[in-house]
Amino acid sequence: MSTHAASSTSRKHKSLFTKMAMLTVSRPPLGGFSFENCKRNAVLEGEVNKVGCSLPTARKTGTTICGVVFKDGVVLGADTRATEGMVVADKNCSKIHYISPNIYCCGAGTAADTEMTTQIISSNLELHGLSTGRLPRVATANRMLKQMLFRYQGYIGAALVLGGVDCNGPHLYSIYPHGSTDKLPYVTMGSGSLAAMAVFEDRYKPDMEEEAAKQLVRDAIAAGIFNDLGSGSNIDLCVITKGKVDYIRPHDEANKKGIRTGDYKYKGGTTGVLTKVVTPLDLELVDESVQTMDTS
Amino acid sequence: MLGETGPEWLSEEVKTGTTIIAIEFNGGVVLGSDSRVSAGASVVNRVMNKLSPLHDKIYCALSGSAADAQTIAEMVNYQLDVHSIEIGEDPQVRSAATLVRNISYKYKEELSAHLIVAGWDRRDGGQVFATLNGLLTRQPFAVGGSGSSYVYGFVDAEYRRGMSKEECQQFVVNTLSLAMNRDGSSGGVAYIVTIDEHSTEEKVVLGNNLPTFFDQ
Repeated sequence: MSTHAASSTSRKHKSLFTKMAMLTVSRPPLGGFSFENCKRNAVLEGEVNKVGCSLPTARKTGTTICGVVFKDGVVLGADTRATEGMVVADKNCSKIHYISPNIYCCGAGTAADTEMTTQIISSNLELHGLSTGRLPRVATANRMLKQMLFRYQGYIGAALVLGGVDCNGPHLYSIYPHGSTDKLPYVTMGSGSLAAMAVFEDRYKPDMEEEAAKQLVRDAIAAGIFNDLGSGSNIDLCVITKGKVDYIRPHDEANKKGIRTGDYKYKGGTTGVLTKVVTPLDLELVDESVQTMDTS
Repeated sequence: MLGETGPEWLSEEVKTGTTIIAIEFNGGVVLGSDSRVSAGASVVNRVMNKLSPLHDKIYCALSGSAADAQTIAEMVNYQLDVHSIEIGEDPQVRSAATLVRNISYKYKEELSAHLIVAGWDRRDGGQVFATLNGLLTRQPFAVGGSGSSYVYGFVDAEYRRGMSKEECQQFVVNTLSLAMNRDGSSGGVAYIVTIDEHSTEEKVVLGNNLPTFFDQ
């Protein structure tokens, strides 16, 4: 690096720093949450609405998720559609999140909230497990999740189905965004929950075999996929038993893209060529600059 | 607080639109609740046990917002455990009710849950305390939840002092059945808990075994 280059970069930095300093001195930090961005968002929303557009909405997984307790463990199921308003943002997103080797969690609601919440609790559970020296219990994960969601008073839009097998057997919980939980043998959540619950209420039996439980969950998610606009695409399953986890993605491609039966393209040579004229275009070189990458 | 509200079912808080009742008899208490939990127009849990243990011989009945009520009950359960280890004996029902009242009063603007605390202790026998809105009052019996409005007349007319344990249990079951029939937010099965000096007995009365009245 030549000294000339060094001095020029340092001069640039100094002007940047003075600019930054002018910005930061204006308001000292007060402590606690800063709601400056809320004011900014409100102003932006007003400006954007004047032009006629609207702000982008948070992407939510309009969803069907469910879980069932069977003889040896739990089966969790989810669809794979993520929507942004009325458009499908992701046709194959994964809604069954890892919490610990024996505990998995399906998430409905705002996609970012479910993703981050499950990751935070998964990380805390791993540290907790290192401290206790034991495999974590589903009730522990439930407590951590409900206490965090209650703390945020429902502003974290995460509705979860938590299931796993621990030393006390298989457990299944449903966790709502405001922080209430229910411990039940079968649960459904999301916009397609009513369709899925109808299937469960009809065909659930205690102490089912694994194959029957998988079929029941598959049918419940399928009911959500075909009867709810917010759910669609494939069916993911996660079967958790003592010592084994089967993450089946996808279990059922309920909405496979069809194969076109015909084609509007014509083969080359279909249209006869009458005449051929070639015109070269003279382009003038205006400016040439080289930008070197700093690969040091 | 922020501009947009998001999807409706997320903002519709999960409520235990409920009927809860607790009544004292000579030597113990009987608590009763329905089992319906609703989020908007949808029933999300039809078998929830709203009688939550705070200690071996002290229970509380939950009503209002499910998240708030569950959180209060779990916090007081923890505080009572610590308190009973500190004093070296079983806690008094009045202590449990005071702990619930302290939380309900301090956060009365933020919370929307009502807990009825009832139990048995050696000093004063069976006791029922109401903690609505942060007050603390001992009563012979207490009703709460959205379904209670429909049965005030019934409980006021039918309650007599000096009822036996079986009469109290029947009184609780009758009240719950009437309220569940009239209140849309109450339903499912009836949970009954009887606490006395010797035991704490939990019972479930399924829908078809509930007493029927005129017009059913």
